[in-house]
Amino acid sequence: MPPLLAAAAVTKSYGGVRALRRVDFELQAGEIHALVGENGAGKSTLIRIFAGAALADSGEVRFEAHPVTLRDPLAAKALGIAVIYQQPALFGELTVAENIGLALESGGLWRRIDWKQRKRAARELLSQLGSTIDPERRAATLSMPEQQTVEIAKSLGARARILILDEPTASLTEREVTALFGVLRELRRRGVGMIYVSHRLEELPGIADRVTVLRDGETVETRKMAEVDRATLIRMMVGRDIDAVFPKREVPVGDIVLETRSLTCPAAGVKNVSIAARAGEIVGLSGLVGAGRTELAEVLFGLHRPSSGSILLRGKPVAVASPDVAVRLGIAYVPEDRRRHGLVMPMSVAENVSLARLATAPGMRGLDFQGENGTAREYTSRLAIKTSSVATAVQTLSGGNQQKVCLARWLTAAPAVLILDEPTQGVDIGAKAEIHRLMSDLAAGGMAIVMISSELPEILGMSDRIYVMRGGSVAGELRRADATQERLLALALGEEDAAA
Amino acid sequence: MRREASVAIAWAALLIVLAFAAPGFFSAGNLRDLLLANVSTLLAASGMTLVILAGEIDISIGSMFAVLAVIAGLIARAGAPMPLAALTAAGAGALLGAANGGLVAGMRMPSIVVTLATMILWRNALNWATGGAWIENLPSNFQWFGLGQTAGEVFILTVAAVLVVALGWVLKNIAAARAVYATGAGAESARLAGIPVRRVVFWVFVWMGAMTGLAAVLDAVRFREVQSNAGVGLELKAIAAVVVGGASITGGRGTLLGTGLGVGLLASIGPALTFLHISPSWEKAIQGAIILASVVIDFARGAEARKNG
Repeated sequence: MPPLLAAAAVTKSYGGVRALRRVDFELQAGEIHALVGENGAGKSTLIRIFAGAALADSGEVRFEAHPVTLRDPLAAKALGIAVIYQQPALFGELTVAENIGLALESGGLWRRIDWKQRKRAARELLSQLGSTIDPERRAATLSMPEQQTVEIAKSLGARARILILDEPTASLTEREVTALFGVLRELRRRGVGMIYVSHRLEELPGIADRVTVLRDGETVETRKMAEVDRATLIRMMVGRDIDAVFPKREVPVGDIVLETRSLTCPAAGVKNVSIAARAGEIVGLSGLVGAGRTELAEVLFGLHRPSSGSILLRGKPVAVASPDVAVRLGIAYVPEDRRRHGLVMPMSVAENVSLARLATAPGMRGLDFQGENGTAREYTSRLAIKTSSVATAVQTLSGGNQQKVCLARWLTAAPAVLILDEPTQGVDIGAKAEIHRLMSDLAAGGMAIVMISSELPEILGMSDRIYVMRGGSVAGELRRADATQERLLALALGEEDAAA
Repeated sequence: MRREASVAIAWAALLIVLAFAAPGFFSAGNLRDLLLANVSTLLAASGMTLVILAGEIDISIGSMFAVLAVIAGLIARAGAPMPLAALTAAGAGALLGAANGGLVAGMRMPSIVVTLATMILWRNALNWATGGAWIENLPSNFQWFGLGQTAGEVFILTVAAVLVVALGWVLKNIAAARAVYATGAGAESARLAGIPVRRVVFWVFVWMGAMTGLAAVLDAVRFREVQSNAGVGLELKAIAAVVVGGASITGGRGTLLGTGLGVGLLASIGPALTFLHISPSWEKAIQGAIILASVVIDFARGAEARKNG
């Protein structure tokens, strides 16, 4: 029987970065096919291509052996492909019945709505999933698993033949997972093909028939689930070479600069985190996307108030109430999304570089335009920032160059603690090396650096110590000498409980 | 080409037409009247420039203007010296501005709604307090600050000019002003760079209020009594001048030079029509067209920048 859905030699690049490279994948009807790989392996990109949210650069997507072009999500929907994303996309102000009705009911904009029928249909679909959610509740009041259930009800009603589930169990309790698996098995019995993306390797043997491992945008292998154990899967997922990383120099490590004690912030999902960073040290924060690394950084930077626990700076407890307080205390944070959070886009390179000094120095003083431009020029050349001049608006720069401008700002501000969130993401190799070298220099100068990175070689090459986070807590701490890709991933996935 | 230059050229073109068609426009008396009548708009627009640069809006200034003029009049009538009356008006303006700023920055409420509410509140509170009556029987040192008409006029124009030029310099050269630009251009990024954006927003409203107080005093002293219904529509004139002067209504871009040119261009339309014997009913239509053109140019340039960026 031909596969229900297949990708053949699919390649996709985003702005020069190869996300997928000749990926092959097959999904049979009535099969639950697990898709695994570490952060950035290409799972999301493959899903986006199947969902019609992205178009492959080359290669073919086949539906029942016929090549198809999924130009937009509607085209995918027409073939019966439904995607349940990790973050459900319901209309919060509408009721459950309205959300389901909007997705399923046909007829024009001017059709008369049969409210009773709409509610009945919603209740019927939800009960097929064993759920008792009131169809008249506003979607915004639903819990995360309830929202997921509504999403699945929508695809059930649309008689989807292919269901793609992106981390469906990430926020579910065990009982909810059992209920969800029951639903998935029922769908499998009806011949629905399902692609199941999950980081919870332990749950795969209980639900998946086959598993495909992606690594660095390539298919490693497709195996029967019964034939592989977790250790084999992890070995297949890692194995990237350590290249293009310029390991941190050994420098004398000083006193503890930043420390947290049982730091907890429910709003950010950070639980009981105790970490320390010393002067001269680069501390890596590893873990999967959503493990709470960025959220921890945001708490340290004053974006969320901790509910309990404490942050200590050079041994003294500090209350980091807001980012301006953090900056004045000497804590700097380079966020991951610099387009939205890092730079003031209409402002010039020089103005953006000097922004941190603007925040710390007194407001009623004259601006030193010459000094500002001089500093900006020095850093554009040191970091090889490609810009016609330092008076150019940063919005015209490429992503990598924007990241470098953002870094330059904090390099000039010389904070005591520098928190970097994915500092080299989307940056070319040469600039990456330069950024790594600068981080080494800063550490040598006595700065404590906390680096969040999803790239295992970068974490391994640059960190003196590594905290692995999982579910908002620290799952383990590894010294440089003890850290390997396998151990990091095992801790991140919850396969290894304690660490040396 | 910089936006200020296109406004300057448009204004210059209008003045050149007038120079040929109606030289009477440039008589000393007419120019003096024109300048004096627009001092309040210029000062209000200067304050509004900061508010708009920070990405906010204040439509309560017309009502504040009336309240503050009455306050200045009452204090002068109570026998206080004029400098004290003027300072009190500015201080009271700062307080009213702080009320706006506190609600916007402290409670994170949208400024258009907050200032709509205070606009209605102050205007009606004033009507209730004065019963619509003007403040009369003012002491002789009230009108023209007791300097006599000629010296008083010179004084008013000098104070306004010094204030605007100084503020223009501050906007370009002082660190705090850069924080205002950053707040309007990208509040979230500015906040993450450590700029206390809520405090910036608060103080911008305070400044707006103080400027409104000064504008109210400089306007009121032209007469022998204080009207209790002054300032109606002042907010729209000020916002229009700022927008025509090239500031981005979403914040982050604009200069005081542009605002000054915007006030000049918009204020010249009405008298120009009179001198050119065109029905004055065209004034609002032409002003509206100029505002619309500014916005269209802005968005066209924005789209261009997005395409290239």
